[in-house]
Formats: sequence, structure tokens, C-alpha cells
Amino acid sequence: MLCDQCGERDASVHLTTIVDNEVRQQHLCEKCAAERGVETTVALPKHPLSAFLHEVQAQAAATPDAGKCTFCGTTMSDFRATGRWGCSHCYTAFEPSMRELLRRVHGNAKHAGRTYQPPMPVLDENATILGELKDRLRRAIESEQFEVAADLRDKIRVME
Amino acid sequence: MIDLSLIADGGVRWLDAAGPRSDIVLSTRVRLARNVEGFAFTAKARDGERLRVLAQVRQALPGIPGMEDHVAFRVDELPLLDRTLLHERHLVSKELAGLDAQHPLRSGAAVFLADRLGVMVNEEDHLRLQSLQSGFALQSAFAALERVERALGERVPYSFHEDFGFLTACPTNVGTGLRASVLIHLPGLVLTKEIGKVLAGLQQMGLTYRGLYGEGSEVVGNFFQISNQTTLGGAEEELVSRLHGVVQYVIEREEEARKVLLRDAGYIIEDKLWRAYGTLRYARSLTFDEAMNYLSGVRLAVGLKLVNGLSVYTLNKLLVFSQAAHLAFAEGRPLSENETNLARARFVRSTLERETGSVG
Repeated sequence: MLCDQCGERDASVHLTTIVDNEVRQQHLCEKCAAERGVETTVALPKHPLSAFLHEVQAQAAATPDAGKCTFCGTTMSDFRATGRWGCSHCYTAFEPSMRELLRRVHGNAKHAGRTYQPPMPVLDENATILGELKDRLRRAIESEQFEVAADLRDKIRVME
Repeated sequence: MIDLSLIADGGVRWLDAAGPRSDIVLSTRVRLARNVEGFAFTAKARDGERLRVLAQVRQALPGIPGMEDHVAFRVDELPLLDRTLLHERHLVSKELAGLDAQHPLRSGAAVFLADRLGVMVNEEDHLRLQSLQSGFALQSAFAALERVERALGERVPYSFHEDFGFLTACPTNVGTGLRASVLIHLPGLVLTKEIGKVLAGLQQMGLTYRGLYGEGSEVVGNFFQISNQTTLGGAEEELVSRLHGVVQYVIEREEEARKVLLRDAGYIIEDKLWRAYGTLRYARSLTFDEAMNYLSGVRLAVGLKLVNGLSVYTLNKLLVFSQAAHLAFAEGRPLSENETNLARARFVRSTLERETGSVG
């Protein structure tokens, strides 16, 4: 269901108001609801992630962020905003919070399914590796990680 | 417009009602989420990265058992109607098709479809492998999918962490990356008002339910999608067999509820179901929700053997082919909402007319 106000985002806040003895039902997205001053945090715990996100948000007000993922530049506040990690390296970059998060979501933080061994990378595909390094360089510059960027630039020079 | 006849059975073999317990269970879907190591996850990836992920998968697929004769669609290059059509057939997710307001269509979005198997590329995760089968067929759907997943994983490196398992963009999918779901029709439990208890029980078992189109969709026509909620901490087989056990139990409750309905309210139910049939048979305009609810009634009537001469297969086809994009596709032009409702009623009428000379 789309938001009654903006008609763009999904409605997640269902507001019942009584005006002149008439009951009105409105369906709003978080953003439009917030703009109207409707307290939306009460609706959060519906989703298994929300309770956790909410809590991290509260903690973050007191303590600064743990830092950035060096591969993709994702920060804790990016994760709080989207509920999504940026890359596989985020799982090690934010490992302590990750274990707590996974315990809350799954009741467990240890994989018990099939294990996996990735195939050996084909090392002669220099082009792919070079492209990947260049992508990482662009990302490092964008996220202002200049030391990482300098390292990457050196590596690219050697390969080229 | 895309040519869906290129896909085996138009990609809708899951509708054929040939699977176990097709009277109550419409279809079974199992999916595995995987990411390709070396690239940021889809939402964070650059266009070039997404295209390289796609290139790797495209190169690997011809050698994968079950996927040899696949048909590929670059979803990012398809017009809206075609993308909606694929979504209505349950072949791509809303997010991949760019139909979700929060997730615009991404460059590099693609789907590879083979007989009852599909590989979505550049969905929320780089890879969403799915197996879709008719009826209640969790074990066989999982087995078919696992073959594809293992073979592909020998050619394309998945992101894997010893403690956290297969890594995914959303932490709710991490570990096995497995979501198994069963699309089940429960009108008996809804009519006897037992459904609330059953759904609450599911949650205690670590399972969850959704509407016809998965996450965020509403329950219409008494169709529920029951699936596992957690993906970490149990083996794949455990997750699948726990779901199997619970669905088996729900089927038994549904059967009991139907017996109770017939015993305690026989003529009321019979009247209600025949009215549903009558509406579908003669109405001139039908909204999607109306059609779904009446089809639910007729489906129950067929299950209770009150109506003969109508196959479950026909009812399944009506569910999919009476959706807006399918109607527009059949008419060969875009339709307004009113035109869609008229076209839907016409389509339902003519389908029932063809099949039901002998209904009674």
C-alpha cells in the first residue's frame, strides 16, 4: 500500500484520527508521518531487525561510530538507515555488533549449515583484478579514505 | 513484448496441479541467496561491478545441470509491462523487476530461467537461485536447487564466512541463505475462524506467513505463504524438514475444518460457494481482489467435490492470467483500471464457459 500523502513510498504508519465525530483512516510512510509529527518509533518492533536497529540508534547518540568498512565504505549509520550491509567485508569490519545482531535476529550466531570452499581464483585474469582495484580506489576516494586510496593507487601502477 | 513461450511451459509449470496435495497447496518455492566474492553487494556496487557479476554468471550457467537450456532476460532492458508479467508469473521478485517504490530498476538486473528453476542476478543479493514446483514438494524443490547451487559455486566464488555462513546484504538471510515457502489455500481455517491460532502457532515454531507475493503483500483469496523465518543456526535439511512437518500439520487442520464446515453449515457453505461461482461465471467487471476471493470459494467447492468438471489447474491458471499485466498482454495494449476489470471478467467468463459445460 502506498503512502496517502506522497504516493511514492510504502505506507507503514496507519493513523486513525477522530475529527468531528468522524473516524478517518490514513496510511502514511515513515517520512510523511514524521513530517506531520506522528511518533513512528512505536511501530518499529514489528520487524525482527527494527528493535535492534532502534537500540543501536539510541546507543549511537552517545558513542561515535566504530568506523567504516575498508572495502565498501559502509558505516554503522548507513546500516541503521538501510538495514543492509554494503559488502561481505562488512561482516568482519563490524564483527562484535554483528554477533549480537545475529543472535537477536536468528537466536544464534553460528552457521550450522553446509560449509563451502570457493574455487581457486584464476590469477591470469589481470584485467578483472585491475578493474576491481580501480573500483575500490574510486570508492576509497569517495569515502575520503585517502590512506587506503594511496595503497590502491600504488598497486594499480604496479599492474599497469 | 517478450516471448514467454521461449521458457519451458511459459515458466508456469508450477501451476499445473500435478504435484502432491495440489488441492490445498498451490506451489512450493525454495530460494538460496548468494553473493559473489570480490564485489560490493548489489545496492552498493557500481554499474561495472554488477555487469561483471552478470558476466561471470552468464559464462558459468551453460555447464550447470538443470540450467543448460535456460532463457536469459536482461530485466533492466525490458519495458515495464514485460517486467510486471515476469513478476506476476512469480519468476522474478518485485525488487528485481524494479516495481518496488523503494528499489528502482538496477543496471545489470537479469534472470535466467529453466524448467522450474531460475537464477536472478543483481537482486538485493548478487544471486537469488530459486526452484518453483507444483504442489507440496519441499524436498524435491530443495534437491533440484541444491544441485544448481553447488555446481555454480564451483565456478563462481560465493562470499562465505566460517561462523556466519553465506553472507547476504540483509542479516535476516545470512547463514544458509535459504528461504523455503509453501503457497497454501486455507479457506476452511479462515471460515471456521481457527486461522488466528494456527498462524500464532507458526510463529512459535520459527516460521512466518505472508501474502501471495511474499514480503509486504497482503493476504487475498485465503492464500498464505508459509516460510521459515530464520536462516542461521540450523542445517538446510533441518530448516526444510521443520517447515515440511508444520505444513503437513496445517494441511490436516484445514481438512478437519472443511469437514466441520460441511457437517455444521452444509447448505450455507454450499450456497456461498455457488454464489461465488455464479459471480465469476456472469459478472461483467471484476477487481483483482474480488476475483481472488471468488476463485477461493470455487476452489473450495472443487475441493469439497460440490462442483465437478472444473480442474484445479484451470483455477490456478485463472489466478495468474487474470492479473493486470497478463490481461494487458493478452489484449495487446495498456489498459486503464476500468478496462482491466472488464477484461478480467471477460477472461474469467470465457475460461469457465469453455470448461464447464457439465458443471453441476
